[in-house]
Amino acid sequence: MIEPSYPAKEANGIWVFLEQDDGELAPVSRELAGKARELATQSGAKLTGLLMGGELASVQSAAALLDIDEVLTISHPRLQQFTAEPYAHAAAAAILARKPDILLLGATPYGRDLAGRLAVMVKTGLTADCTDLELEAGTGLLLGEVSGFGGGVLATIRCANHRPQMATVRPGVFPESTTTRSSPADVAAFAVEIPDSVCTVKVVHREKRQGKDISKAERLVVAGRGAGSDLPLIESLARLLDAEIGATRVAVDEGWATREQQIGQTGIITRPKLALVCGASGATQFTVGIDKADMVIALNQDPEAPIFEQADLCIVDDLVPVVRALVAELEAHNGGAR
Amino acid sequence: MNNGPHILVCLKVVPKSEEVGVDRETKTLDRANARQEINPPDMNALEAALALKDKHGGRVSLLSMGPPFVAAYLRVGLAMGADDAYLLSDRAFGGADTLATSLALAEGIKKVGGVELVVCGEESSDGATAQVPPGIGVWLGIPQAMYAMDLEYQPENRHIRVTREIRDGEEVLDLPLPAVVSLKVSTNEPRFMEPDRWTTQRTDGTVTVWAASDFDINPEHLGLPGSPTSVAGLKEAQGAAGGRRREMVTGTPGEEAHILYQRISEFLAGERSGAKER
Repeated sequence: MIEPSYPAKEANGIWVFLEQDDGELAPVSRELAGKARELATQSGAKLTGLLMGGELASVQSAAALLDIDEVLTISHPRLQQFTAEPYAHAAAAAILARKPDILLLGATPYGRDLAGRLAVMVKTGLTADCTDLELEAGTGLLLGEVSGFGGGVLATIRCANHRPQMATVRPGVFPESTTTRSSPADVAAFAVEIPDSVCTVKVVHREKRQGKDISKAERLVVAGRGAGSDLPLIESLARLLDAEIGATRVAVDEGWATREQQIGQTGIITRPKLALVCGASGATQFTVGIDKADMVIALNQDPEAPIFEQADLCIVDDLVPVVRALVAELEAHNGGAR
Repeated sequence: MNNGPHILVCLKVVPKSEEVGVDRETKTLDRANARQEINPPDMNALEAALALKDKHGGRVSLLSMGPPFVAAYLRVGLAMGADDAYLLSDRAFGGADTLATSLALAEGIKKVGGVELVVCGEESSDGATAQVPPGIGVWLGIPQAMYAMDLEYQPENRHIRVTREIRDGEEVLDLPLPAVVSLKVSTNEPRFMEPDRWTTQRTDGTVTVWAASDFDINPEHLGLPGSPTSVAGLKEAQGAAGGRRREMVTGTPGEEAHILYQRISEFLAGERSGAKER
């Protein structure tokens, strides 16, 4: 066994990494704060939000209103823009000084960058891309549910001796916490030195795309392989239903939709009220991204397509004539379903 | 044109995801009938490395960890244009989580020697953690850039410029070598093997196999003993299938669309009144 950085019996508290960008908290941070509150209530642990960056004044007050007990800030000019190495250096210093029992991070690119380095720096176990978290009865250990083999297999992972027990969670897995504090949580600052040697990576350029965030869409029309024959029709359908367009990986690879629209294991986990899935076969890699939909409607010409196992309403037919008729009906009702 | 970096590509051979299940009796993975493949994003990593070599020269080494049969897959990489291949193969490496895996690979990279750029796939299709490449970065004390869509080598200062995906956009990072990067799946089109190379490499391609005893590492830090995490349970994903109604709608396209229209309208009307009550 690799020697733990600190013994389990000295560890205490649940930490949530509060990812922020330009003073705005990432939605996944609110999702994690909600789940972490549930775990903290169960175990009686103190819940700390770890907030890192350059100038934190404004985001700090937003963070302090989350349903957490304490905000721990690490503010340093070298943390102004996210780069993995100084962030990991600073977070590792805080962890070794304060010895948390559990550390949760969003499985966003930055969250995964940080988690992957941190786990090795503090020599602990990391359960990546969890689809659920719970505390084990009796031991109180964190159990992370993860999917492997393209989502076909679910495993429960535990980290018995090393601390913190680290886990990353995909955005959209847990609902955003809507609970806010009436008075701000305590804010503690952690001071850290960040040497030149960990700041060798330069951000040359950073660009936010104006693409829509489909993870929060209430209605989705999803384009799969079979949707390629008439994309404008799919767009009309989405417009008439006031829905966003999501896509399977095949559709994204074909260039029919952007990466931001990709649903599933390597894309986005959505939780819409309605998902209308057009011409997707229904590989598990994709369906994990719509599992949380209230209602799934599937259209596919192949009666054997696995998507029909995952749908509430199933239509086995050629896509285009059905969608064309549906579009006509929606238009006739003056945009009806709105 | 021979100023290129020495690149090492980490390749993992994985069972094809769609052919793996869980044995309901023993609660263990049933991959007896699954065929193996090189992890798909690792092929994109290899292609990116070979493209850099085409442009700048240098050398491409391959490194994998796994059973002896993996050597055959490394020969495929050699036939595609890689220069040499190394395989960490020993039961002592088995059962490793991301901490122990990244340690073993980092030791392998050190032993290959002179590696300036480590290139991996973004994640493996079996474990799908994406955490091994950053781990390698820490063990080697080098910086990282994950989820790359494009790599550009700058010979004048031996830096690598990486265009990569972030949460709602993309960024360009400039990293001094040595560094570790991971490639997003499907960012390029992996090349075919070169027929001439395949003829020679399939039988004569040299894959250097290293066992744990070839390294000066505490065996307690490798494989299962060196892994802080363990699997507490396993099951086959059921999705939400159990909760779905799976109701068939039949008729002509027009009839089907009409039923769909009605059901969608009812559903959305229900959602709206539900929202009012809340």
